[in-house]
Order: sequence, then structure tokens, then C-alpha cells
Amino acid sequence: MLNIFSDGSILIIAINGEIDHHSAEEIKSVTEHNLKERNSKNIIFDFTNVTFMDSAGIGMLIGRYKTLSYIGGKICLCNPSGSIKKLINLSGINKIINIFDTKEAALNALKGGKSL
Amino acid sequence: MIFDNEISIKFKSNSQNEAFARTAVSAFVTAMSPTMNLGELSDIKTAVSEAVTNCIIHGYPKTKGDIYIKCSSLDKLFYIEIHDDGVGISNIKEAMQPMHTTSPQTERSGLGFTVMEAFMDSINVKSEPNKGTTVTMCKKIS
Repeated sequence: MLNIFSDGSILIIAINGEIDHHSAEEIKSVTEHNLKERNSKNIIFDFTNVTFMDSAGIGMLIGRYKTLSYIGGKICLCNPSGSIKKLINLSGINKIINIFDTKEAALNALKGGKSL
Repeated sequence: MIFDNEISIKFKSNSQNEAFARTAVSAFVTAMSPTMNLGELSDIKTAVSEAVTNCIIHGYPKTKGDIYIKCSSLDKLFYIEIHDDGVGISNIKEAMQPMHTTSPQTERSGLGFTVMEAFMDSINVKSEPNKGTTVTMCKKIS
């Protein structure tokens, strides 16, 4: 369900399939494990292959935002579908999590030191 | 009321059944209007997922129980009733407040009812402590 890469201090997690109460717990534990294991400071969640998300996904993203805020890192999300964008906007987390159209744009923003 | 079509399903409150519930309801709704807007279908799937998650987490917090879904259609109106026989809700108004959660130590956003209200045309919640909860929602399909 998850493909995990690193680019310097950036942990890139490409999620495949659906994010609900059942799957969010696995995403949380794998992400937290890899953050520590790879000594990463920032995360990009690649949503290109996410076909569904409910508010359990919002809870999971807020949880990772809290983790990264504690260590001074940033969380970005790229390429969510229109339906997922609708849920993100409803929840208001677009005010604290940066959303990009592509993974490359998210990487450039994090590497370029753009104020996020 | 006499409906054009109806289905009823019952399943155990295991979290892996959330995907089953979404898929079953999607199949029913798609049959109502095969050319329907995919955004509407996604809205319904999300609302169903929220309601079923509430049954699993809040309805049956310490045990497993049964969850019942009944879908009905009348012309382009889609009705869904999601019921559990769990612990019930003592204060429905409070439970439906945005960001309200009874388990802040977990990563719940407290947005379940807010999403159901936003993504469906109407929602009604009936519940009593120890008598379960019934969520009824309706949406007009394009």
C-alpha cells in the first residue's frame, strides 16, 4: 500500500488505494517508523494513487503535522483527487499542510527553502 | 413509501468491512444512474464511510456487533439508513458539533458528522443510550 523513498531529509511516502479508519493506522505507524529510522525532517505524501479518503485520513495527516511541528519539519501533500481536495478544504487542514499539484513542485518547495 | 429499489446488508463491526460497505453502496447508487457525476458518488462513499466508522468506533467501543445498512431509491432520490445496536449517543447535538471527539488521545478528527452533513442533502440521527444509533441520509442523484 505504501512506497517509501528518501531525498535528503525529505521522506516521500506514496500511498496506493484507500485511506480510511482501517488503513490510516498502518500509514501512521509506517510513517513514524521511517521518520525515525531515516532521520527525516520533512514529509511529502504522494496522493497520486489514492482513490478514496475519509476523515480518518484527515486525522492521520493532522497527527503527522503535529509530529513534524515538534521537530521543526514540514509536511506536504501532492496530487490529491478533486474529491479528496474537497474533504481537505472542508476540514481546513489546507491552512497548515501545503498542497502541490506534483511531487516535483513539493520537492522544489522543500529544498528551495520556500517559506511554507 | 414504495421505493423503486431496496437492499439491506448486515456485517460485523470489523474495520476492514468499511471498504465492503462503501463498495456495496456504490454498486447500488451506480445502478440508479450509470452516468452519474463521479463527485456525487464519491460524496456518498465518504458519508457512508464516516457513518460506518462511527458504528465501529463509537457504537461498539469494547465489543464487536452487527451493523445494518438499508439503501432505497425513488426516482433520483437515494436514501440510506445505517444502524448499530451499540452503546448509543447520550447527547446527539454535542456529538454533531464539528471537531467533537470522545477519544482525543487517538487521531480522530471529529469531523464525521460534519462530513456527512456537508456531502449529503439531509441527515437525521436517532439514538438512545444502550439502544443503538440510526443515521438516515438522503441525496438527490443527478
